[in-house]
Amino acid sequence: METDQAGVLREKEMGSGKKYPNTLGLWGWIGGGRWGLERYLYILHRITGIGIFIYFILHVFVTFSRVYGKEVWESWMGFLHAPYFAAGEFMVFAAFSFHAFNGIRLVLIELGFAVGKAEEPIYPYTSSISKQRPVMIIAMIITAILVAAGGVDFLGLMN
Amino acid sequence: MQETKYWTWHMISGVIILILLGIHMITNHLSSLLGWFNPLGGESTEWGNLIERGKLMAYVIMYVLLLATVLYHGFYGCRKIIFELGISYRYKKVTNILFIIFGVFLFIIGCLATFTFYIIANAAL
Repeated sequence: METDQAGVLREKEMGSGKKYPNTLGLWGWIGGGRWGLERYLYILHRITGIGIFIYFILHVFVTFSRVYGKEVWESWMGFLHAPYFAAGEFMVFAAFSFHAFNGIRLVLIELGFAVGKAEEPIYPYTSSISKQRPVMIIAMIITAILVAAGGVDFLGLMN
Repeated sequence: MQETKYWTWHMISGVIILILLGIHMITNHLSSLLGWFNPLGGESTEWGNLIERGKLMAYVIMYVLLLATVLYHGFYGCRKIIFELGISYRYKKVTNILFIIFGVFLFIIGCLATFTFYIIANAAL
């Protein structure tokens, strides 16, 4: 009976255009419970994605300035070569490296690669997370190498 | 079904971006280590290097394709995040319309810059 009432309430809420029940909203990204490492990578994937996209929109407007000629372009570049902007660009590069290789991992898993074969659910149950983990480790090693290389380039520019 | 198509294109665009943005990042952020795609040497953002790259049609095509795929991938990603927050159907529709308008506007701005600079770079020869 209680379940029926909850069902009716849920339908009413959905029909009224209010927030759907059981939706944690933004809080659900970071505070939903005891999660594994992959779940935190998912949060970071979204944060880096939003960061890169905001940068990209600004980048479109900045790169448009080259149409006005060398002087305008160089004045923009002079402004953007300030240490804090250069550090910001390095952070965008690091975010891109992470987002790209974590994204490849997500595509592989979405398509059913690297998750292991389907098994009978016999106790004690095994999780496919342990089968996915090597892909995650490889993706993070590649990310770390790229971030280090970008860091060397960034420090080279600073000197 | 329609949403599955959008999601599939999101994944495909992600792989295309990895390749094209990878080239862009190598050009701009690993230039002191590798020096690729910077024929005059020095920094990738120097005007001479910009001209050398900008006069190549291959670069024009690459940037237009990159622009289109990043805009799709980015706006789809933001749309998905916003929809997950549990907004009503009406606001979902408004979000779709606003994202399409802003996306098309940015695509036109980006294409205009790329093609105009292609003409400028070739005139500078």
